Amino acid sequence: MIEVDRLSKKYGSLVAVDNISFQVNKGEILGFLGPNGAGKSTTMKMLSCFITPTSGTARIGGKDILTESMAVREILGYLPESAPSYKSMTVLEFLVFIAETRGFSGQEKSNRVERIIELTTLNSARFQTIDTLSKGFRQRVGFAQALIHDPPVLILDEPTDGLDPNQKQEVRALIRKMAEEKAIILSTHILEEMEAVCTRAVIINHGRIVADGSPQTLLSHSKMFNTVTVKLTDNLEATTIESLRKLDGINDVKTFAPPRPEDPFTVQIFPNRKQDILGQVKDCLKTNNIEISEIYREKGFMDEVFRNLTLGG
Amino acid sequence: MTQITTLIKRELMSYFYSPVAYVFIIIFMLSTVGTTFFLGNFFNANQASLEAFFLFHPWLYLFLIPAIGMGLWAEERNTGTIELLFTLPISMMQAVISKFLAGWIFIGIALLLTFPIIITVNYLGEPDNGVIIASYLGSFLMAGSYLAITCVTSSLTRNQVISFILSVIVCFCMVLLGWGVFTNIMNKFLPTWLSETISTFSFSTHFNSISRGIIDSRDLVFFLSIIGGGLIINALILETKKAA
Repeated sequence: MIEVDRLSKKYGSLVAVDNISFQVNKGEILGFLGPNGAGKSTTMKMLSCFITPTSGTARIGGKDILTESMAVREILGYLPESAPSYKSMTVLEFLVFIAETRGFSGQEKSNRVERIIELTTLNSARFQTIDTLSKGFRQRVGFAQALIHDPPVLILDEPTDGLDPNQKQEVRALIRKMAEEKAIILSTHILEEMEAVCTRAVIINHGRIVADGSPQTLLSHSKMFNTVTVKLTDNLEATTIESLRKLDGINDVKTFAPPRPEDPFTVQIFPNRKQDILGQVKDCLKTNNIEISEIYREKGFMDEVFRNLTLGG
Repeated sequence: MTQITTLIKRELMSYFYSPVAYVFIIIFMLSTVGTTFFLGNFFNANQASLEAFFLFHPWLYLFLIPAIGMGLWAEERNTGTIELLFTLPISMMQAVISKFLAGWIFIGIALLLTFPIIITVNYLGEPDNGVIIASYLGSFLMAGSYLAITCVTSSLTRNQVISFILSVIVCFCMVLLGWGVFTNIMNKFLPTWLSETISTFSFSTHFNSISRGIIDSRDLVFFLSIIGGGLIINALILETKKAA
């Protein structure tokens, strides 16, 4: 649905987006991540035909953003960063305005406006002018205007920015619900959000793609991936630690004294090449008759992966 | 076409939702009437004509029209709604024309509301109503030309004050070119044919000619080409900014 082809944007000597290419298929929710100023918003502005790329292009639903910009804008729902809207209008007037510019009239127009007000739970605010609304409501108005024509492609620039935790959950659920028949790109700097919502993540830094894969694939880059953590009531004896160290494929064993007397002892066992060692560790502890209160495999830390990719660490 | 009407409707709504519209209309009334009676000596002239009323329009518009048009693009850019507007399926020319027409319609409404002066002059004497209608048409066309220039300056910046000052300066030049005093000064330095050519680019020259009651196609073409040219430049500036 979305094919980005060597897209670049330069502002004078500053390269905001540097030759990026990726594709998004129907049913995918692509999380677009990166530090501030990495080029996320610039890329989204180019895809939505708001700014013209310096070089390269993109096709949305088979239409070229440079030569068929009008057709692209018709099949695209776009939520710009911080959800701008005409503040002196009421929610209803604003949504009617958007519906009319999208070519709807009569009964169809009112049906669409009503449906979208319900979907984004804006009913209580429909007659309020937008400048009197809270940030969360304004964000939902922005969301509503992007969805009014039920577009097959959605581009959302920080859709949950400014929402409270409950509203964030609602918006994420809404995005997941719509994902089946749409291709969605959303930018965010909240890593948990990406893990919770996206089927795929693209991380960009200084305008370049530094990672592209499912959240699980990205997590496997974490130093902690597949490390086994064991919680124990008593500290391990030196012999047990030694026998753990001798296991095949074990790189290191670290023990941590409890931070408070009532907390358990923690042991972390690091695999050589991030392979799965949980079974081996369990067996070894069993043969040594160690009582375990908790044992699990670490799935890795997204913020560590993100830091390493974007700081070059 | 439906898109243009939708956009015009929204733009007009935004005028009337804010105090700007009412302040503008009141000031427009006060200043047109004020200049007619106090500066124009309407009663002392003892003539059943609205010459004194229209005489000051080029000078009043110099400040009033930029005030109406300064926000048209600058505000969109400042509040970020320009990003919304240009990602909707609306062409650049549609957007540019709609904004201009909305402002022009608004000025037209203000101009129409000066109708009591027509009643007054008809009550007091027997004016040539043809001349009055022609003058209103000329005034409206001239207002459109001021507005087209303001649209251009408004698209250059996100700051309404800068937009206002720029358009006042440009419009002032356009009025000045045809002002008698200025033409006399030019005559001292330049050959007459050149200074006359320059003065044909002035708003006041063409407005004065229509106000005499003669609707000459040259005057119509002049104002309409200023409007058309202004809107094309406006669209070009916005396109360039997209690619910048």
